[in-house]
Amino acid sequence: MTGAPTTTPHRATSHAAGAYVVGRSLLHRAPAGPKLAALMLCSLALLLVRSPAGVGTATLVVTGLYALAGLGPRAAWGQVRPLRMFLPVVFALQWWLMDLTSAAVLSTRLVVLVALAGLVTCTTRVSDLLAAIERGLSPLARVGVDVERIALVLALALRSVPVIADLAGRVRDAQRARGRERDVRAFAVPLVVGSMRQADALGEALRARGFDD
Amino acid sequence: MRGTSMRTTAATGAQDQTTAPPEVGCVVGLEDVHVRLGERDVLRGITVDLTERRIGIVGANGSGKSTLARLLNGLVLPTRGTVRVDGLDTRRSGGQVRRRVGFVFSDPDAQIVMPTVAEDVAYSLRRGEHDRPARDRLVTDWLARHGLDGHADHPAHLLSGGQKQLLALTSVLVTSPRLVVADEPTTLLDLRNTRRVAALLAEIPQQVVLVSHDLDLMAGYDRVLVIDDGQVVADDEPAPAIAYYRRLLDERP
Repeated sequence: MTGAPTTTPHRATSHAAGAYVVGRSLLHRAPAGPKLAALMLCSLALLLVRSPAGVGTATLVVTGLYALAGLGPRAAWGQVRPLRMFLPVVFALQWWLMDLTSAAVLSTRLVVLVALAGLVTCTTRVSDLLAAIERGLSPLARVGVDVERIALVLALALRSVPVIADLAGRVRDAQRARGRERDVRAFAVPLVVGSMRQADALGEALRARGFDD
Repeated sequence: MRGTSMRTTAATGAQDQTTAPPEVGCVVGLEDVHVRLGERDVLRGITVDLTERRIGIVGANGSGKSTLARLLNGLVLPTRGTVRVDGLDTRRSGGQVRRRVGFVFSDPDAQIVMPTVAEDVAYSLRRGEHDRPARDRLVTDWLARHGLDGHADHPAHLLSGGQKQLLALTSVLVTSPRLVVADEPTTLLDLRNTRRVAALLAEIPQQVVLVSHDLDLMAGYDRVLVIDDGQVVADDEPAPAIAYYRRLLDERP
């Protein structure tokens, strides 16, 4: 059973937030555990940076890291894209409550943080990430925490994002076809019902694949 | 309703079918199986032994055929009666049964658990029976067999519908089950991908139980069961069983 696989007419792009991008850069080859630890430390450090110069430097460093990983502007945009709805609100609020400089520093910091997290997920296979998280949490197993289950939940959460996004797209298409674009209920009900159904089916598939046996 | 040429589903008739266990495959035995879900009797007294290499199950929507398929690996347990796979009761030894019986669902999106193609196949091998390099080799080998090797690190959601179903099948086959149960695996596929999946199901060495609305898929099968209203109403070679099923549908208003 071989043959050239067909291309896919799909909504999602390979630069979706959090999706692994194949590569052989230094960052790709670095082990997942230290990368996660570095991400945590850098994020904490970034929270202490309040000057425009500091945030500017952080932006340059992260841009450099993307270049080092061989990831172009499209991949970087893919990571921070989910912020586009939310960031203008944060920016406007900060400007109103404080001043323009603070608003700019805070917003940039947020973008840099998300880009940095995206860089880790872009250069690390989910299985490696989960193995690192499992190792990191393993001391908790001694006090009865089911670490494997936590890792699986994280994997399922990542896996479910494109599935639910696809479902939302289909529901929106169906709504449009019936001329009900503005009806929130007509969007929410099928989406929730569909998600529940998907979750049920996933649970059944997990059992069929021997989870919990 | 039962045709004279049909095998009877009574216990005595079913025993005629019992043969020595095949090298690959299971001896599946259902004995007076009833399944009640809520207020509805989904299956009503099914007694049947399944030993042939290729078995098809057909029936209208709501006839109980998917429930019958789910009984075979213990996803659904009988309300009354017993289901045994190689002598293992699905009620008591569900885990062992599921190691023998792989299951393919109609919607591969519900079956693919991990974010990328290779990771999903590797997930099936996670039980610690293989070290990392051996697991990676097995995954690469199985993906290549099904033409998915170029997609190993791709997100599973970017595959086409046909590729997703091939991935779901690969993730089942990599564990080397003895029996593969497929519940309408081609429902969401176009004709070309339906043929690919059907060809794959036809050529694997495993015993296969295929539930499908696509009657053409069962042409070369050894045996076809027709389910209606929770009972096996016909049990024969494909041609007579499918002819019976068509007549049954024609008689309905």
